[in-house]
Amino acid sequence: MSPWRPALARSVLLRHDRVRGTDLLVLPERVVVLRGPAGHIVRLCDGRRDVRGIVDELGARFPGAPVADEVPVFLGKLRDEGWLR
Amino acid sequence: MTVDPPWALLAELTHGCPLRCAYCSNPVELVRRSRELDTDDWRHVMAQAGELGVIHTHLSGGEPLLRRDLPEIVAAADAAGIYTQLVTSGIGLDAERLSALVRAGLRAVQLSVQHADARTSERIAGRRRSFAAKERAAALVREAGLPLGLNVVLHRDNLDALDAIVELGLGWGVDRIELANAQFYGWALLNRDHLLPERGQLERARDTVERWRERLAGRVELVWVVPDYFDGTAKPCMGGWGAVSLTVAPDGTVLPCPAAASLPGLDPPNVRDRPLEWIWRESPAFNAYRGTAWMPDPCRGCELRTVDFGGCRCQAYALTGDPARTDPACHRAPDHHLVQEFTARRTSDVPQPLPVPRSYRSSPQPSP
Repeated sequence: MSPWRPALARSVLLRHDRVRGTDLLVLPERVVVLRGPAGHIVRLCDGRRDVRGIVDELGARFPGAPVADEVPVFLGKLRDEGWLR
Repeated sequence: MTVDPPWALLAELTHGCPLRCAYCSNPVELVRRSRELDTDDWRHVMAQAGELGVIHTHLSGGEPLLRRDLPEIVAAADAAGIYTQLVTSGIGLDAERLSALVRAGLRAVQLSVQHADARTSERIAGRRRSFAAKERAAALVREAGLPLGLNVVLHRDNLDALDAIVELGLGWGVDRIELANAQFYGWALLNRDHLLPERGQLERARDTVERWRERLAGRVELVWVVPDYFDGTAKPCMGGWGAVSLTVAPDGTVLPCPAAASLPGLDPPNVRDRPLEWIWRESPAFNAYRGTAWMPDPCRGCELRTVDFGGCRCQAYALTGDPARTDPACHRAPDHHLVQEFTARRTSDVPQPLPVPRSYRSSPQPSP
């Protein structure tokens, strides 16, 4: 089985909100506020990188952060919500 | 008091509509088409809304497809960074129009349906052959790959058909079904005796929704908009007055909720006269019931005051004549008996009056 390459679900839009200074996931009837580094993580979900690639890239960008443990769990939660495919 | 930016804009592009539903959320005094904002007015509204922090717009009506300039309005919202959802009866949607809307940046569609049975749906909507148009519209939206939601206003004549309604939505491939118990303002207030269900109907419907929710978990979202007359709790109307959302009516009047046009002394502002930012932050209308300082007893000392915001101002006005009273839907409200008088009745003992179909009323016209 090929590794999961996370991408936003078709109905989900990732955008930066200048007024509130935060990243958002926008769905037909819902807005999800992405706090802290969540926006950085979701921005890497482009359907080309696999989870390992996303973890490596974040590890290089944020040395010392617990990305290997936390990022796959976070991505799994977003997939369970139906926001990533 | 600091005022947070609004998240959502309900754009009532027109009050014109091919349907005549007796529970229409538009005000009883509909705005005539000659008084509607033009394309440039709406472009300006969308640009200002984006600057103000609006993330979502629901392009609604009446029937928004009656506006030939709908793609231009969608494009203006999209250019302002606003996620657009079309709220439609489906009548007037064909492949060409939908494709123009998608090219303009339309993101999602919410389709109304009145019943799962075609003839009953058409009777409730007051329009022949409307059901087939809805079915076609749903198929077109699915083919275009847009998220599709179904919205169904629930009342005495369709609450017993919930299973069939959910199955209809599944058959049409929807992502979400909003089951909204009728809220009694405007047309629905006028038709309350026609629409009001019996408590037993509601209890059965609630069980049905629970069963479907378990079966559909993670696949299709089922939303149940509570029947506040029966629940004994006030709803957090609009997420609080001037807190989350604003409505722009077809003539440019800006309201904290679509029913607020009926409130006395509100003097609602208009986008033709004032910037949207002033309207949201500064206007007396948007500050009239903002926060908690305006609240009467028992809301003032109630721990739910920041949860339900005192309930609904339009309902307080409709039932008591005073918009600043506690919403009578709340079991703690001094006027709760006004709601209980209705909910205690068994509809089977009460003959169901004919509905007053939604229409432009023959209000006095200026003499020529």
